[in-house]
Amino acid sequence: MSERLTRPTSLWEYANPRRFMALSGFLLPWVAIGTAATLLIGLVWGFFFTPDDYRQGSTVKIIYVHVPSAMIAINCWLMMLITSLVWLIRRHHVSALAAKAAAPIGATMTVIALLTGAIWGQPMWGTWWAWDPRLTSFLILFLFYLGYMALWAAVENPDTAAELTSVLCIVGSVFAVLSRYALVFWNQGLHQGASLSLDKEENVSDVFYWPLLLCIAGFVGFFILLILIRTRTEVRARRLQALIARERMA
Amino acid sequence: MEMHVTNLACTRGGLRVLEGVSFRVSPGQALVLRGPNGIGKTTLLRTLAGLQPADAGSVDPGPEAMAYASHADGNKATLTVGENLTFWARLHGMTDIGAALRDFNLETLVERPGGSLSAGQKRRLGLARMAVTGRPIWLFDEPTVSLDTDSVALFAAAITRHLDAGGSAVIATHIDLGLQGEVLQLGPFKAEAPQHADDFHEAFL
Amino acid sequence: MIALLKRDLALAVRAGGGFGLALAFFLIVVTLTPFAVGPNSATLSVIAAGILWLGALLSCLLSLDRILALDFEDGSLELLATAPIPLEGVAATKAVAHWLTTGLPLTLVAPALGVLLNLPEGGYLWLTLSLAIGTPALSVIGTFGAALTVGLKRGGLLLSLIVLPLYVPTLIFGAEVARRGAEGMSLDTPLAILAGITLATIALLPFASAAAIRINLR
Repeated sequence: MSERLTRPTSLWEYANPRRFMALSGFLLPWVAIGTAATLLIGLVWGFFFTPDDYRQGSTVKIIYVHVPSAMIAINCWLMMLITSLVWLIRRHHVSALAAKAAAPIGATMTVIALLTGAIWGQPMWGTWWAWDPRLTSFLILFLFYLGYMALWAAVENPDTAAELTSVLCIVGSVFAVLSRYALVFWNQGLHQGASLSLDKEENVSDVFYWPLLLCIAGFVGFFILLILIRTRTEVRARRLQALIARERMA
Repeated sequence: MEMHVTNLACTRGGLRVLEGVSFRVSPGQALVLRGPNGIGKTTLLRTLAGLQPADAGSVDPGPEAMAYASHADGNKATLTVGENLTFWARLHGMTDIGAALRDFNLETLVERPGGSLSAGQKRRLGLARMAVTGRPIWLFDEPTVSLDTDSVALFAAAITRHLDAGGSAVIATHIDLGLQGEVLQLGPFKAEAPQHADDFHEAFL
Repeated sequence: MIALLKRDLALAVRAGGGFGLALAFFLIVVTLTPFAVGPNSATLSVIAAGILWLGALLSCLLSLDRILALDFEDGSLELLATAPIPLEGVAATKAVAHWLTTGLPLTLVAPALGVLLNLPEGGYLWLTLSLAIGTPALSVIGTFGAALTVGLKRGGLLLSLIVLPLYVPTLIFGAEVARRGAEGMSLDTPLAILAGITLATIALLPFASAAAIRINLR
């Protein structure tokens, strides 16, 4: 670690574990500060300085946790798909470890989205749970995360585990999309339309819009922060394994 | 068909165990691999058979010319000796199993289910499988385990017949089979602990 | 590939092959259902199509780990990987053998079990047809799950955890066809999608299965 690193000539060089550790170590405090500030402002603004909805009352404020966590839950899988592809094609170890690090975060975000949704749904729809396509697809997404994490945990050789989980992630992605359409076909639900979209007509009203955007930015920052910390842990664990293996060989 | 192996490096469990392995085996020759336990004989044979990718170097011809016999024989307990052997023959596009049965003294056992064979008989059936693949280069991993003296002689005779017919063999064994060919000590090819921290597999250090 | 198919079928039919286990399990699931939901025939006839699909799916799941694990243990999977047929072909053949010994018998006994559950009269044809079209997908997807977990010592439970979410689309459209058939509704769309899923999985998944086997053999 003490040797000087040469200047990188390509973005891919950050996939080198040592370079990744150096860069992520430098970024970590800044991401942490930025995330804390954004989340704090967004949540305080959203919870205390926006009016209650005329129909939904103060329960509407759960949107500031529900929508961001749901977005992270889906995009986390997307990130795992991309890092899995990068590992399979370019064989960068950090990429595989980032996918491994992301899965529990995605699973947790899925649970948060499901729980906040249930808490929101109870006063609004009069039920904690309905087999609505959106709710159901999150439940199934959670099952995908569970299977993915279980496969990582079950395979001993880390490189084999990385490859098998990457294959599962790619195949799983196809089936996840398929399941989504199957569920829409299966039951037209009662979940409201998208909270945020480019189509202005469907959007939440402006009072909620900006604090929600801040909260989403905060959650994204939080997600990146957790990914960095967890990937650094995984890299250190692998380094430890490599040291032990080298010891045994000598 | 002459076999060329150049500068081959193999890994086991993500760690490089052998590097710079080079040898050639001419038709009619057998190469015997020797070395202490854990040196990577099995890893080398699996790499030659195409079951795991080589870390570096080249093997010519490719896996399609090799038949591989590992520790496990791959025979089914509920199929008879004849059925087991016929299956492997047909898989390799061959039809005749008579010669293989004769060479490994299995003719009287043809109708016996695989599960009722003794350990040595199972081993002989596993080795007879090589003869029905029709492939020129045979790779053996400790083939004489659980064989008695007569069966070892039988095995050596079968290999000799294969060599005489222009085939070749790479055998990891500690027994002297009295075959035409060389002995390769794997000890000198043991992989060094990598010097450069930027080396791909040691990138974590 | 024909030789491999013949061997797998012979192995399944002979003693110890576990052939018939899935059928017995299917029968038990169907028998237990009325104990759980009550003997009211009107209730049973509403849920019959769904229970039969779910029962067939679970019975299919039961035998998945045998697809590759036995060959892995005795070393023949390794030898198959070095054989002249591509590993993709091995994966596809294994799936076909599994379907012939599990999916097909399940499809054939499903109408008989439908009687026990008071399946509406119009439903028998569509239940059988939907199972016949849908169960090949279950075998192919199951082979993929088996390929992922083949090197693991305690792979059985993990296999179910991985495979069940992948079964969701097949189950939804398959059961939808059977249910709509029982209720006499139009079912062209789900039937077409079910057939599409089966064809697509047969065409594509053996490649993923072969990749997983290769990784596990390394």
